[in-house]
Amino acid sequence: MSKHLIDLQNISKSYGSNLVLDEMNLYIRENEFLTLLGPSGCGKTTTLRIIGGFESPDVGKVIFDGEDITRLAPNKRQLNTVFQQYALFSHMTIADNIAFGLKIKKKSKAYIDDKIKYALKLVNLEGYGSRYPDSLSGGQKQRIAIARAIVNEPKVLLLDEPLGALDLKLRQDMQYELIRLKKELGITFIYVTHDQEEALTMSDTIVVMNQGYIQQIGTPEMIYNEPENAFVADFIGDSNIISSTMIRDELVEILGVKFPCVDKDFGENKPVDVVIRPEDVEMVKIPEEITDEEIASENNPAKYGRIQGVVTHLIFKGVHYEMEVMANGFEWLVHSTSLFPIGQKVGINVDPFNIQIMNKPESEDEEAVAIEE
Amino acid sequence: MKNVLKSIYTGLIFIFLYAPMVVLIILSFNKSKSRAKWGGFTIQWYVKLFHNSVVMQALINTLLIAFLSALIACIIGTIAALAMNKMGMFARSAMLGVTNIPMLNADIVTGISLMLLFLFFRFKFGFMTILLSHITFNISYVILSVMPRIKKMNPSNYEAALDLGATPVYAFFKVILPDIWPGVLSGFLMAFTMSLDDFIITHFSKGPGVDTISTKVYAQLKKGIDPEMYALSTLIFISVLALLLLINTLPAGGKKKEKAK
Amino acid sequence: MKNNKFVQFLSVPYVLWAIAFIVIPLLMVFYYGLTDGNGKFTFDNVLAITQTVHYKSLYIALILALISTVICILLAYPLALILTSLKGKNEHLIVLIFILPMWMNFLLRTLAWQTLLENDGAINYVLSFLHLPTIHIINTPVAIVFGMIYNFLPFMILPLYNVIGKIDQNVLNAARDLGANYFQSLVKITLPLSVPGIISGITMVFVPSLTTFVVSEMLGGSKILLIGNVIEQEFTQNSNWHLGSGLSIVLMIFIVISMVITAIFDKDGEGNAL
Repeated sequence: MSKHLIDLQNISKSYGSNLVLDEMNLYIRENEFLTLLGPSGCGKTTTLRIIGGFESPDVGKVIFDGEDITRLAPNKRQLNTVFQQYALFSHMTIADNIAFGLKIKKKSKAYIDDKIKYALKLVNLEGYGSRYPDSLSGGQKQRIAIARAIVNEPKVLLLDEPLGALDLKLRQDMQYELIRLKKELGITFIYVTHDQEEALTMSDTIVVMNQGYIQQIGTPEMIYNEPENAFVADFIGDSNIISSTMIRDELVEILGVKFPCVDKDFGENKPVDVVIRPEDVEMVKIPEEITDEEIASENNPAKYGRIQGVVTHLIFKGVHYEMEVMANGFEWLVHSTSLFPIGQKVGINVDPFNIQIMNKPESEDEEAVAIEE
Repeated sequence: MKNVLKSIYTGLIFIFLYAPMVVLIILSFNKSKSRAKWGGFTIQWYVKLFHNSVVMQALINTLLIAFLSALIACIIGTIAALAMNKMGMFARSAMLGVTNIPMLNADIVTGISLMLLFLFFRFKFGFMTILLSHITFNISYVILSVMPRIKKMNPSNYEAALDLGATPVYAFFKVILPDIWPGVLSGFLMAFTMSLDDFIITHFSKGPGVDTISTKVYAQLKKGIDPEMYALSTLIFISVLALLLLINTLPAGGKKKEKAK
Repeated sequence: MKNNKFVQFLSVPYVLWAIAFIVIPLLMVFYYGLTDGNGKFTFDNVLAITQTVHYKSLYIALILALISTVICILLAYPLALILTSLKGKNEHLIVLIFILPMWMNFLLRTLAWQTLLENDGAINYVLSFLHLPTIHIINTPVAIVFGMIYNFLPFMILPLYNVIGKIDQNVLNAARDLGANYFQSLVKITLPLSVPGIISGITMVFVPSLTTFVVSEMLGGSKILLIGNVIEQEFTQNSNWHLGSGLSIVLMIFIVISMVITAIFDKDGEGNAL
């Protein structure tokens, strides 16, 4: 693995009595696209601002390329930021905006002109140099904000919800654009967003944060398929999170019904959270005339499912149908390409590989232990 | 170090702005009528103030004119601003242009122009002429402060009220007015302040025998100021300061939640 | 549509008011300024500005107003920067405290400065107590400038404070992020973005300074006549309304010129920061 470019060591930060970051540790490798993902107020923007130098942590260190830069002013750091709402200089032309950092560094005029041209080409806005920011659309402003930052050849580009103000279509286009830029520039991107889809699409590494704590760090696949706790599971995509009991290794009791699974080492009769993605819920139609007794006596999961329920809601979503199924007192969210009409009696099955077992959050865990004893 | 410099600078400007207040407060307790020397401590001017019918009448005139002119300006100005908002580009800029005249023009020119008008049409110079003049310049301040509020207002709100069965009058009082109320209120305060502090326009539109505090002080400049005036200004200053502190300590909530993230 | 007509009709009271008390009075100034005692058209009252007394009074007024305005900007700008950097909850209170003197009677405030600046006044008492050289500025142009700055400084502080406070913090952060130090970001970002506030402040300080007659009368000891004093005397003492109106026209011309000049600097036409 490539070396650590930025190391956040034991960072804490609070505003008044409001603790925003609590003893956070995080390293960022050279050349990776790292996304800080979480709901608003989770501390992701504060983390970015601490790296950028606009906030200083109450406790902890920021190490950049082996050097402690915790107290270094933002203008002395080898990184540049793309701000929320662009923060373009409205009194300057686009060219002057892009040239701003270079003029401060007293680069030659020829060099600056060259760079402006290169940057405008890179973001597909050639010929816009003499315009003013107010005459540009949101997407164009965003590209200029990126161009303005990258002409300074930073080692790291910090992006603070850069696509937040754009509409959906433009946002998707810009995602590809950013991935392309990242490849062409070959520098580290640190990206802040609350949009899980954005994070999954672009990142090499995702850091899921909530209430000042890191919840999970991993690749998009890991975060999606193996969420470490209910918060991550709930925040990343839709999911069914069901409070269950781990009977023993590879067997979990969900809503009173035993399901085989692949997880081990949780202990016996241990309360856990189970995550099942809606697309992983398999359903079979059960004819109306079949009674519960018949299902129970036959005991054939492939034919009637492990749990039986009734479809209560149905929405057509284009690629798939989204359904809610009431089964054993829980409302299951199900995505399926086949249609199950409202009122249809169904059986539910889940492949053992698609049952993700998670420890309960610590405090509740202790409670459970206390009750057992 | 930087913060120390900032504090020193702010402090110096503060002293510059408040030195005269201190002087006036000191003079209000000065036994000697002369401004040049200290004749010992007294509160007699405060006692005499309330028995000095001339000064009290000037105070009443000042407050009454300020209140009435601000109130009338608010009514005329708010209605005018609402109407102007619905006008075409040309009519609106023409009206805004005229509205700006009393604010941009020199007070002395506004003053003499009104004086010429009153002379020409044989107005009796007195309370009424002062009031008319003050309403005139106050309307400008009211429109200035209400206009941005009206522009920000969602026009659909009014239509929605009508759609839900409200009469235009009911919709005005229940939907439009509450929406622009902060603008009207700050317009009123601004107008009241401007009227209170005005000397020049009052100077040209007043008649003999009717005085505001400003014109009274001006008249006394040559023959010496009644020390009661110092007492009066001290009382006004203290009450405004107290009011300000009170207003600022009351609304503590509401603003705190912004800082998160 | 019908509704719009009705709403426009509501402007009638104000339109009448504005015609009666703004437009007609102003036309009367022009009428008196451009006629003689017999009602005959003449330019004499306007051209009277070329007489030495009048010309001098206008010249001095322009110079003193210019000096006062410049000093006001220099004093108010750092203060506005400091005030906007206060992010505490007392921020508004502190701003109000700088505006509070405006609530104290204008004449009494100026009178207090007379007391302070006099040759045997409070300032000289303190200076001589500290064995420092005393100042003799009462009844000089310096005292008038002093009075102008004192009276009109809040009108400079307020618009500057409003404009600087509205600058997006992230725009300033962006400048820092791109390598600008505090001073560079002040000159290249804050200053250009606060131009509308400066313009607004200039008009609010320059015009009243140029046209005042009270400050000069109280602190200049009636020895120094500004154009405002001349006009005031023509109306209240000499009862020569024609001459007074004529000089007022000249004064208005200068006000308009000053506005045109400031408008040129205010490229975006976003003046009126208040």
